[in-house]
Amino acid sequence: MIPEIGHFALILALLVSLVLGTLPIIGAASGNAVWMGLARPAARAQFLLIAVAFVCLAYAFAAMDYSVMYVAANSNSKLPIQFRIAAVWGGHEGSLLLWAMILSIWTVAVSLFSKHLPDDMRARILGVMGLVSVGFLLFMLMVSNPFERLIPAALDGRDLNPLLQDPGMIFHPPMLYMGYVGFSVAFAFSIAALLGGQLDAAWARWSRPWTTLAWVFLTLGIMAGSNWAYYELGWGGWWFWDAVENASFMPWLVGTALIHSLAVTEKRGSFKAWTVLLAICAFSLSLLGTFLVRSGVLTSVHAFATDPRRGLFILAFLVVVIGGSLALFAWRAPTIGRGGKFSVISRESFLLANNVLLAVAAISVLLGTLYPLFLDALGFGKISVGPPYFDSVFAPLMAPALFLMGIGPIARWKNASLPELAKRLRWAFGVSIATAIILPLLLGNLTPMIGLGLFLAVWVFATTANLVYQRLRGSDQALITRIKSTPRSWWGMVAAHLGIAVFTVGVTIVKGYESEIAVRMAPGDVAHLAGFDFTFVGVDEIQGPNYSASRGQLRVTKNGVERTVLTSEKRLYTVTNMPMTEAGISPAVIHDLYASLGEPLTDGAWSVRIYHKPMVEWIWFGCLMMGFGGILALSDRRYRIKKRSKDEALANEAVA
Amino acid sequence: MKVYSILRLALACLLLHTTIVLAEEAQPLEANQAIEVQVQRLSEELRCLVCQNQTLADSHADLALDLKREIREMATKGMSDKEIVDYLVERYGDFVRYRPPLKSSTVLLWVGPFGLLLAGGVGLFLQLRRRQTMTTDAPLSAEEARKVSELLDKES
Repeated sequence: MIPEIGHFALILALLVSLVLGTLPIIGAASGNAVWMGLARPAARAQFLLIAVAFVCLAYAFAAMDYSVMYVAANSNSKLPIQFRIAAVWGGHEGSLLLWAMILSIWTVAVSLFSKHLPDDMRARILGVMGLVSVGFLLFMLMVSNPFERLIPAALDGRDLNPLLQDPGMIFHPPMLYMGYVGFSVAFAFSIAALLGGQLDAAWARWSRPWTTLAWVFLTLGIMAGSNWAYYELGWGGWWFWDAVENASFMPWLVGTALIHSLAVTEKRGSFKAWTVLLAICAFSLSLLGTFLVRSGVLTSVHAFATDPRRGLFILAFLVVVIGGSLALFAWRAPTIGRGGKFSVISRESFLLANNVLLAVAAISVLLGTLYPLFLDALGFGKISVGPPYFDSVFAPLMAPALFLMGIGPIARWKNASLPELAKRLRWAFGVSIATAIILPLLLGNLTPMIGLGLFLAVWVFATTANLVYQRLRGSDQALITRIKSTPRSWWGMVAAHLGIAVFTVGVTIVKGYESEIAVRMAPGDVAHLAGFDFTFVGVDEIQGPNYSASRGQLRVTKNGVERTVLTSEKRLYTVTNMPMTEAGISPAVIHDLYASLGEPLTDGAWSVRIYHKPMVEWIWFGCLMMGFGGILALSDRRYRIKKRSKDEALANEAVA
Repeated sequence: MKVYSILRLALACLLLHTTIVLAEEAQPLEANQAIEVQVQRLSEELRCLVCQNQTLADSHADLALDLKREIREMATKGMSDKEIVDYLVERYGDFVRYRPPLKSSTVLLWVGPFGLLLAGGVGLFLQLRRRQTMTTDAPLSAEEARKVSELLDKES
C-alpha cells in the first residue's frame, strides 16, 4: 500500500510540475498575473508530493518490503538501518528520485527567497525548473519506477553493494546532488533572462549566491567522495579519473568558471553572453553526467542497447534540454549588450583567460570520458582512457590556470599595466621559484612535476599574501577595523584561493614522496617504512551485522616510542559474497600512515601493504577551505543588507 | 640493513626496559625490489580486464593477480616495459592500456585538448582586440547608469 501511495504521489508531482513548467511561463509572456502567481504554490506542492514519494520509498526500505523490486535489489534484512535508508539512493531508480527530490528542494528554496525578484522573472525561473522536473518525473514513471512491485515477493533482498556500505554513502550522494542539481538554479536564471530579455547586472547579482551555494555543495560533495574512495578502496588513491568522478568534476570546472564570470558580469557588466553560456553548460554537464552514470552506457555501449527505452529517453531529454537552451541562446545572444570596456591587460582579461582554461579542461575531461564510447560505437575497436591520459593532459592545462590565479586578483579592473604587475609580483615569483627548487632538494627528490607543483602552490600562497598585505596596509585605522571593513566575499575569495594552494601542495607532495611496502607478516614481525616500525600484532576474527571479518592490527613505533595502532579489516559480506578491505589509517597533518590487510598466507602469516602518504590530508583540507571560502562569500554583507532593507521596508509598510 | 634494524630494535627494547621477544623482520612479498618497481609502474598503466574500471595495480581480482604474475615473470626475464606492453596489447588489444596509443583513431583524443587550448587562446586574444575597436564608451555609460540606478534602487 505504502509504495502505491509513493507511486501515486509521483504521478501527482508530474501533473503539478507540468502546471509549473507551462502556465507561469506563458503567464510571464502574456502578462497574466494569476498564471504567474501559480509558480510559487506549484513549486511547494511539487516539493511536498516528491517528499511523500521519497519518504514512502525510505519506508519500504526501513520496513524491508521485498515485494518492491528496487528494495529487494538494493538491501537486505541484515543491512543496518542507516544503510537501508541510504540504500534509497544506492541504485538507478532511487538516485533519480533523489535527483528529483533535490531539484524540488532547490525549486522551493527559490520560491521562498525570491520575494525581491520581479514577478515575471520569478515565474520564468520556477517554470524552467518545473520543466526540468517534468523530464525527470516522466523518466521515472515511464522507464524506471522505484516503486515497481516484485510478484511474488522476494524472501530477502540481494543487499546493497558492499562498497556502498559506509558512512560516506549517507553524506556523499546527497551532497553531490545538491551541488550539481543546484546548477539548475543558475540555468533557470539564465533561461529566464534569455526569455525575458533582462540580462543585466541585477540578474547576475541574483543568480550569484545560488551559484556559489551550489558550487560549495559540489566542492564538498566531491571532496567527501574522494576521501571515501581513499579509505574504502584499500590502497590509498584519492582520484581515479573514473567516468563517475569525471561526471561530477566537469560541472565543477564549468561551475568554477561560472562563479568568476558572474563576478565580472555583476561588477562590470561584461561577459554577459559568456556567463549565460557557462550557466547552460554547467547544468547540461550535470545532466549529461547523471545520465552517463545512470544509463549504464559507460560500462559498455551494449548495456545501453539492452534497455533501449531508457537510453532513448535519456538521449531525447538531453537533446531537448541542451539543444533547446543552446538554440535559445543562439537566438537571443546577439541582443545581449557587451558591457564595460576593458583593455587586453586587465582583470577582466585575466578572468576571461582563466575561464577559457577551465572550459578547455572541462571539455578535455569530457573528450577523454566519451572517446572510448564513440570509438566503440563507431566500430573502431575498444580502447581505455585512464589516469595516465588524464594526468598528462590535465596538468599542462591547469598549470597556466594556477599561474593566472596569482595575477588576476591583483590586476586592476579595466586597465592594468604589465610592468607594474611584474614589479609587484617579482618577490612572490622569486620565492616560488626558490622554494620549488630548494624544498625538493632538501626532501631528496626533485622532478619536473614536483618542481612545477610546488612552484604553483607557493606562487598562489605568495601572491595571495601580497594581495592581503596590500589591502590591509597603509591606513590609520586599526588592523582589526580594516579586516572587518573588507567585504566577506573578498575574504571568501582569499580562502578559496588558498584552498587551491593547499590542495596543490597535498597533491604534489603525496605524488612525489609517497612510499609503500608489501610484506609477509606473521604475528610479532616488524616492517619498516619512512622511519616507522610496524609490528604485526596478529589477526582476530570478528562478526559484523552482515559480514565476517579478519581484523589485523599493526603497532606503529618510532625509535621505540609507540605512536599509534593501525587496524585494518578484511571483510567478507555474506549475502553478496564480496570481499572488502577496510584500511587502517592514522591521519595527521604531516603524513598518513595507511595499512591494508591482504590475504592469509601460510603459518598464520598475512600479506600486508603499508603506505606512507605525506601531506595527503592537505588535499581534502584544501577542498574544505574552498567550500569555506564559498560560505564566507555567501555571508557577505551585500546579501544581508538586501534582506535588512527589505525587512525595514516591510516594517515601514506595516507602520504606514 | 637487517642487522642494523634488529640492533636498533634491541636497543630500543633495552632503553625501554621491556622484555618482548625479539621480533622477526617482515619479508617483502616479492624478493626482487627492482622488478617490483617495474611491475608496479606497468600495472598502474594497465587495465584489469574483468573489473569495472580499475588499473591492475588497484585490482585484487584473480585475473588481475594472474596478469600481474605474468608481468612479473616477463620482467624477471629482463623484458623492457615496451616489450611487455606490446606483448599484452597483442593478446588483449589496446583496451588493456590506460594510456591510449597515438594512432589515426586516437589523434583527436591526444591533440584535441591542446588544439582547443590553442584555439581558445587565439580566439580570446582576437575577441579582446576586437572589443577594443568595437566598444565605444557611449553604450558603456548608458549601461552603467542603468546598473547604478538599479543598484541604488535595491540598496535604498
